[in-house]
Amino acid sequence: MTTVLDALNNALYTCLTECEQVYFLGEDILDPYGGAFKVSRGLSTAFPDRVVATPVSEAGIVGLGVGMALRGLRVVIEIMFGDFIALAADQLINHAAKFRWISGNIARVPLVVRTPMGGRRGYGPTHSQTLDKHFLGVPGLRVVAVSALDDPAGLLRKAVLEDDDPVLFIEHKLLYQSPVIPIGGSAEFSIQRIGDRYPAYFLTVTGAPPPSLTITTYGYMAELARQAVKRLAFEHEVFAELVVLTEISPLDLDPLVESLTRTGRLLVIEEGSRAFGWGAEVVSQMVEAYGPGLRARRLAALDMPIPAAGPLEAAVLPDESDIVKAAMAMMA
Amino acid sequence: MVSHPPVDNQELYRQMLRIRRFEEQVLDSYSRGIFYGTTHTYIGQEADAVGVLTCLNEGDIVVSNHRCHGHFLAYGGSMHTLAAELMGRETGVTGGRGGSQHVMWKDFYASGILGGTIPLAVGMAYAEKAHRRGRIVFAFLGDGTLGEGVVYESLNMASLWRLPVLFILENNRYAQTTSIQINLAGGISERFNAFAIPTDEAETVDVLEIYSIARFAVASVRAGEGPRALVLHTYRYAPHSKGDDTRDPQEVTRYRKRDPLPFHAKRLTSDIRQQIDSEVETEVAEAFRQAQADPLADPATLTPPVDIS
Repeated sequence: MTTVLDALNNALYTCLTECEQVYFLGEDILDPYGGAFKVSRGLSTAFPDRVVATPVSEAGIVGLGVGMALRGLRVVIEIMFGDFIALAADQLINHAAKFRWISGNIARVPLVVRTPMGGRRGYGPTHSQTLDKHFLGVPGLRVVAVSALDDPAGLLRKAVLEDDDPVLFIEHKLLYQSPVIPIGGSAEFSIQRIGDRYPAYFLTVTGAPPPSLTITTYGYMAELARQAVKRLAFEHEVFAELVVLTEISPLDLDPLVESLTRTGRLLVIEEGSRAFGWGAEVVSQMVEAYGPGLRARRLAALDMPIPAAGPLEAAVLPDESDIVKAAMAMMA
Repeated sequence: MVSHPPVDNQELYRQMLRIRRFEEQVLDSYSRGIFYGTTHTYIGQEADAVGVLTCLNEGDIVVSNHRCHGHFLAYGGSMHTLAAELMGRETGVTGGRGGSQHVMWKDFYASGILGGTIPLAVGMAYAEKAHRRGRIVFAFLGDGTLGEGVVYESLNMASLWRLPVLFILENNRYAQTTSIQINLAGGISERFNAFAIPTDEAETVDVLEIYSIARFAVASVRAGEGPRALVLHTYRYAPHSKGDDTRDPQEVTRYRKRDPLPFHAKRLTSDIRQQIDSEVETEVAEAFRQAQADPLADPATLTPPVDIS
């Protein structure tokens, strides 16, 4: 069984092997520790000159990475917890996202900033957040979220080796131990890939009748949504098509529009807090693209910080039952 | 180590005068309404850019800030494209996308975010060390930028990894309108020294003195001895931007008496000086005339920065 963590670790190994311009920097990433979540294990031993332990300076190291990328290197930076990305916001928004555009397409910033987001581990208000929404819609910055589907290693590899724009690459903490689900590797779901570099996926329960609801999400919420889609089918005879995106900003509307022509109903799910979130933008864009008649709803975390205690944290974050409930409310 | 040709006093004067007259023309043009946006002029600080960047080799990198016109012209940038940029013309350095504070050309990068440029400069030095091409980075920052925390993160990394970067700190004594006396604790050189970055300090308007200090520092950085810093105490004669000067006029007058241009001009014969004055006058007039005749930037050229995959 390959986990998402194995896949990401393999991808970094592959990138460092295939391209001598690739550098990997971050805090605590050297062996034997191998990074807070172990995505970097083994890399500093194999590539001691190009895997660099940095000071605890998130703004500084992301800026460093932008400078390295502007001068011909391909840079991967690990930010230990997604919450710390706020410290590097200036570098991503004011620097990484600007140079190629200002230069009229001459400069390039091939930089991938990887970071684990998300809760459900009891780490409390500053180590559990999903801060994705604060970096969405930044012109010049791409935001990609890995899921357990298909080829997580390929997703990261393409971001590092084939994308000349800065990418914020989001890895939900709970995905690390999730098994990778290859296309065709699931008996329960039929999985269809759309697109190439940062694909979207259509999932329906194998053998189910045509769907009457589109559910879209990304990252770890796709795992919960898969379970919810099964329950909806087997317990409620509600058949949903799950659309899992990997490129969450900018947004490619086509897969969602295609799915909505089949269903006319859209449930958008995210682990981040609800107000002014990814879901709000997806619904807005879909209303404009689909036109009148679209029924849409959001499911997200409550608009409050993430508590540490288990029952409190669970009350704030959306779970599988919340997805089922939200879906049923739309079918009423 | 790269040797420099014997210093050319005429060229030093010409370069300083190009900046002075360009910037004076810039301020004058705002009042005539031919510019768009804002500016931060370099009048009074010319000896810093010219003295330091005389040590530049082909391919070296310059990282500049909001007050970048002087650095850009001393780097070898064209007056015409800079004027056109300020006028929002399609012939501008970045075709009107960046404007006064975001000049990018060849190996020259400027940005309007104070301090945010310093880790970029350190990253560029990291890359150049990896490329082993012998190129170094000249990173300009001001006294106001010492308030930004990311500067210290960057100095730490530059020193830790012995990167080929020269920090040029121009202390013009004011962060916009706020004097360093009320926004800066401790010494400036001490900040660099705390990170074991050797630092030279000069309180001078003499371009030759700045050049000789810079030449030594640049040779050391180029030899792979790690980062260095120059702390240049200077003064700007014009406002921070356009109309925002709250300084004591007597103080400005006092500093104007130590103007780097007449100071250095004494080393030239009056014939030579007049000839350079006249040539620079023509260059400035022609640059502005040409820029004003150029077409405005065309909205049809606007493209989104990253495409959907």
